[in-house]
Amino acid sequence: MTPPSTQDPLALSLPESATPAPALRAAASVPPPLGLLAELTHRCPLRCPYCSNPIELARQAAELDTATWLRVFREAADLGVLQLHLSGGEPTLRRDLPDLVRGAAEAGLYTNLITSAVTLDAARVNALAEAGLDHVQISFQDADPASADRIGGYAGGHAKKLTAAAAIRAAGLPLTLNAVVHRQNLERLPEMIDLAVALGARRMEVAHVQYYGWALANRDALLPTRAQLDAATATIDSARTCLKGRLTIDYVVPDYHAARPKACMGGWASSVMVVAPTGRALPCHAAESLPNFDFPDVRTHSLAAIWNHSEAFNRYRGTAWMTGPCAGCPNAEIDWGGCRCQAHALTANASNTDPACALSPHHALLATALEHATTTHFTYREPGRPPAR
Amino acid sequence: MSLDEASQPRLARGFRLRQDAARGRTVVLGPERVFEADETALATLALIDGERSVATIIDTLVAQYVAPRAEIAGDVLEMLADLVERGVVTS
Ligand code: SF4
Ligand code: SF4
Repeated sequence: MTPPSTQDPLALSLPESATPAPALRAAASVPPPLGLLAELTHRCPLRCPYCSNPIELARQAAELDTATWLRVFREAADLGVLQLHLSGGEPTLRRDLPDLVRGAAEAGLYTNLITSAVTLDAARVNALAEAGLDHVQISFQDADPASADRIGGYAGGHAKKLTAAAAIRAAGLPLTLNAVVHRQNLERLPEMIDLAVALGARRMEVAHVQYYGWALANRDALLPTRAQLDAATATIDSARTCLKGRLTIDYVVPDYHAARPKACMGGWASSVMVVAPTGRALPCHAAESLPNFDFPDVRTHSLAAIWNHSEAFNRYRGTAWMTGPCAGCPNAEIDWGGCRCQAHALTANASNTDPACALSPHHALLATALEHATTTHFTYREPGRPPAR
Repeated sequence: MSLDEASQPRLARGFRLRQDAARGRTVVLGPERVFEADETALATLALIDGERSVATIIDTLVAQYVAPRAEIAGDVLEMLADLVERGVVTS
């Protein structure tokens, strides 16, 4: 799937309100989630080297069936979820996708399809629109077709995306263009913004790669330079000004040049629930990488019980779990100590302060990683072939 | 994108008004967006349909609320212009 918006589906997205006041978090009742990220499958024709799916990809036979997903959607709506993100892998590989969209729409959910779009033609787009789909987000790997196909590891993919985007606009569906950016495509950020405008997207999401799983294995080939980051920031600033009212740009900044971490998912189990293809419920899509967790299964537990009472969802909720520089830090309720998965990936302890924070004793790891980022070679995402690292 | 009393605004495709029963409020839902609508916003958003002009909307609200027309017109135009800029409303 196209990671970062899904990484942070709603934290990005609440300019007005809706994030519960911090005081509420400590109270006995937990504020309900606003978003559900349903990873319908891990299967995907593309092989992006930064894919946010876990290293251990779920097999098709292990995927939840239609009836279970529909029950999950109804439970989510009852719990207070407003928006459903249908993601993957490539969600359109599920033949039951139109039925899933219809069921979600009937449950009152706002439905957002997060797709690579290489499998979408006009007939399939129309079937989804008819089923009640509200919005489509297409990931683009680059603005240059040859580079895009190389990064996605799928020949001809870029051209298929252009065709699918036209079909989506022809069906009257609103479109977001998602661009995951890194050292090997950042030079063409201005062209990617032009592409979003040309395709009739009203919203664009520019997201720097988040480094765990496949992306961590490819970190040396992906980390941007400081100069690239500064140029990207300037490009985004000026595009936001001159495209005001035509294109909304959401920008997910990178960690490795930062002094403070991002509030991953707006805080652990604070506004979004993820359900993996096999039915495991997660507080973030990368959480399966964390050891010593027993993530609850939606086949045997209700979403309400999982959200409100499971140990996994409560473990890093709020601030009481914090140690080291996070404990008592004035920023604790702003960034929630950063990303647990990044803390685990880089320090082998998920309870540590995210090393993206300059106050972390492990912060120097990031500068060292930047010095090593010199290769252009990718290890592509492949089922059953974990990257060597 | 300029908006005046002759404009006929509507919610942009991909945005819709919805009850949020779990939190006892009404929201505007859009791609990766949740806007909470306050009472004034709600009264206005309930009226925009791509047909009614901003002038008609203002007149309707003047009949509902005890406030001078100039004041309501100022509020409505400012709010709609802001929502147009954010891509929530088109005119
Ligand atoms: S391989 Fe690429 S397109 Fe496929 S799920 Fe992963 S990031 Fe998305
Ligand atoms: S010490 Fe922890 S809470 Fe404080 S800024 Fe760093 S990550 Fe955030």
